[in-house]
Amino acid sequence: MAGRIRKIARRSFLIGSVAIAGGVAFGVYKWREVPPNPLEPSDGSTPLNPYVVITREGVTIITPKAEMGQGVQSTWAALAAEELDVDWEDITVLHGPPAQAYFNSALFGEGVPGLAYKVGPTGAYIRDIAGGGAKLLSLQLTGGSTSTRDGYEKMRMAGATARETLKIVAARRLGVGVGELSTASGEVVARDGRRFAYADLAEEAASIEPPKVELRDPSTWRYLGKTMPRLDMIPKVTGRAAYAIDVRLPGMKFATVRMNPRRTGMISYDASAALAMEGVETVIDLGSGIAVVARNTWIAIQAAEAVEIVWDKPNYPETTEALNALALTAFDRPANSTPRDEGDVDKPQDGIEITAEYEAPWLAHTTMEPMSSAALFTGGKLTLWSGAQAPILARDRAAEAIGISPDDVELIVPYLGGGYGRRSVADFTILAGRIAAAMPDVPVSVTWSREEDMRNDFYRPAAWGRFRGVVQDGQAVLLEGKIASTSLTNDSNPPEDPTEKQMGDRELVAGAWDQPYSIPNYRISGYTARTGAPIGYWRSVGPSYNGFFFDTFIDELAYAAQRDPLQFRLEMARKEHAPSAGAIEAVAEMSNWGAARADGTALGIGFTYSFGAAVAQVVQVSQRDRGISIDKVWIAADVGRALDPGNLEAQLSGGAIFGLSAAAVGKITFSDGTADQQNFWDYDALRMPSAPATEVRILESAYRISGVGEVAVPPAAPALGNALFRLTGLRARTLPLIETFNLLV
Amino acid sequence: MMRTLLINGKVHRVDLPDEVPLLWVLRDELGLTGTKFGCGVAACGACTVHMNGAAVRSCQVALGDVTGAIVTIEGLGSPEKLSVLQQAWADHQVAQCGYCQSGQIMQAADLLAQNPEPTDQDIDDAMQGNLCRCGTYPRIRAAIHDAAARMKAEG
Repeated sequence: MAGRIRKIARRSFLIGSVAIAGGVAFGVYKWREVPPNPLEPSDGSTPLNPYVVITREGVTIITPKAEMGQGVQSTWAALAAEELDVDWEDITVLHGPPAQAYFNSALFGEGVPGLAYKVGPTGAYIRDIAGGGAKLLSLQLTGGSTSTRDGYEKMRMAGATARETLKIVAARRLGVGVGELSTASGEVVARDGRRFAYADLAEEAASIEPPKVELRDPSTWRYLGKTMPRLDMIPKVTGRAAYAIDVRLPGMKFATVRMNPRRTGMISYDASAALAMEGVETVIDLGSGIAVVARNTWIAIQAAEAVEIVWDKPNYPETTEALNALALTAFDRPANSTPRDEGDVDKPQDGIEITAEYEAPWLAHTTMEPMSSAALFTGGKLTLWSGAQAPILARDRAAEAIGISPDDVELIVPYLGGGYGRRSVADFTILAGRIAAAMPDVPVSVTWSREEDMRNDFYRPAAWGRFRGVVQDGQAVLLEGKIASTSLTNDSNPPEDPTEKQMGDRELVAGAWDQPYSIPNYRISGYTARTGAPIGYWRSVGPSYNGFFFDTFIDELAYAAQRDPLQFRLEMARKEHAPSAGAIEAVAEMSNWGAARADGTALGIGFTYSFGAAVAQVVQVSQRDRGISIDKVWIAADVGRALDPGNLEAQLSGGAIFGLSAAAVGKITFSDGTADQQNFWDYDALRMPSAPATEVRILESAYRISGVGEVAVPPAAPALGNALFRLTGLRARTLPLIETFNLLV
Repeated sequence: MMRTLLINGKVHRVDLPDEVPLLWVLRDELGLTGTKFGCGVAACGACTVHMNGAAVRSCQVALGDVTGAIVTIEGLGSPEKLSVLQQAWADHQVAQCGYCQSGQIMQAADLLAQNPEPTDQDIDDAMQGNLCRCGTYPRIRAAIHDAAARMKAEG
């Protein structure tokens, strides 16, 4: 036991020391140099810092985060408003421009090794310091469930410094001390009742050095910790919310693309039939595909399908079988990473040994809004409207593609009709820029067909897990897991995380190596497959498959040990991480786990610690006349601190349904190097009749705050599979589960 | 040929081939972008509008087949004056990415017009064609029940 702790501690200390003494120490210095404020004052508006702009009409909170449904813009607004003392109805939120000032420090900080669930004050400091490096790389990324952690102090600081600076100006004007002033509802208020609207102070405030400020104690919070109405809700229920696909400009033309789904070039194409169609304006040769520009999107899509194209062959095996066979050769090579190796898994152990092999398929993102962007190239400058999850990257790549400076590109990020990781890839933004550059002075809306979106996705790679374990006297004494998948870190399109590259691909094994269980002999190794297939980040990334592999195997160990699967997990978590144990206890209580159920009804538990949050789920399934129904899922999550309970509930409930959708029916296959699935009729998700009821409990005992955009996805698949095992006695080790069970979906 | 359409109580004139789907007439010709494109094959429900008071997938209604009045999400209510259903959607904070919600609301409005007190089974049946990738179904269900109760209370 002591040896194990020393091993983890030593590793953390070494890397931590290097981080401080070496490269990242420079990062600290640079980090503390404030990058230029990307916002310029304009008539009647004054930016006080990159996050707070004050106008006559109210306060605009600038968030560098893409609103793709996770409610981030409202939460970031609440963080700033909490300190700034403005009324909720006077707040507007805008997505900031791509700018270095908006680096995502949390994302980078998570690259520091060591078990995240063991992070206390020292570890959090090391992670925060390392986070400074993201600015040097200009990683303005919305992803990895990092936004809440990223904004938690930053946005409150932005609000507090703005408030105190405004008070300094008011104090000067009144000839009183700052201490005699207070703030409320967008005004600085003096003791004698005199008041100044922020708007009257803002211009002067912008020219003075902001003071050092202290953040308010959480016990005084007005907005944070409460469910706030989302600022995007009214626009979204009235059809007024503008997504990139909705941008309309005078004289606009409508385009679509057909790119090589095998990600190579075109041998030839014949556009004569397309060009003869009424309403078609032009066909643009994009080298690895074509764009059709037309009077409306429908004509463009019809015409694009009418272009006869001979594609080049792919640089990867053409069928699922061949791709997977190639990926599986990774197991024949030495492991690429072994981030956890406690005890000695090679030493024979007494007890019952079991082994299991798991498989997770390729998956598509299928955001409801297909890939889309609008663009206008005029006077040598490009304006882009695009739902980019990594806007600096998208802007720079678009500039590069048409041979202009990034300074000549303006990228506006509207609402995203779903992201799930897909929009962190810049391809669709670049293509819109290239089409606009080919037709100067004409604004163009570029909308992909659903079929194009599905065949030119960057897929969640298939993955495999080979597990061996030993139980002895009702306890797990050994767990060895070997995981193979195409490496996102090495192969995916950017954003790339250089830290991750240096340290081995921990994302490939995330959700397996980092679970808060005490098992004396516990080793997880990653085997990096190189398939060359187009892969990308998919909501919850590594834990999206490792959650299924690892937790299902834990369930199998519990069964082998003849133990209650929930108690089995709980005992292991109690010794290692109290918040995880708390989540398991909570979900047991919520689901009334121990109680007898009606015949034909069964419960299964799933647990995954990912992205800093412990999430336990219990799924109830029942046998009906026509098949098996997924009735309900109870979700308990420890997020450290709940900033907006209502939004957390929505994310956790939606995340579980997203995870259950993939677990139940999600599967992409390939023929001829192209995805076989074309549209929602053959790549579906849970719908109203098949989606379970959800019940959520949020816990706040973890040391650090965590985001929730992804954390409910990983435990959903094992919870469902484990419930189906209890119902039927059949253990499915391959996803999707519809291939094994007659699910009512 | 030139056609006259009655959309949200206003007359619009469009000159387009008959086969162009209503969805694209709304979005690209008339700038009514609240109606969304999701699949183009009636598999997701994002493009749902009302034609003659009934929910239809506007991606499958050719311009030449449009008969009677069209109502889109923009015509159901406005930010200043929400319909009862939209108010329920806002109160339950249903939307996440929000992209499918225009279609969900139009489909739910059709359900409540035909069936003022829908059961869970009725909701399942009416809403199964509307996909939501964010998984907002539990809140959609709650909002529909709530709107039904309010409509009943208001007579």
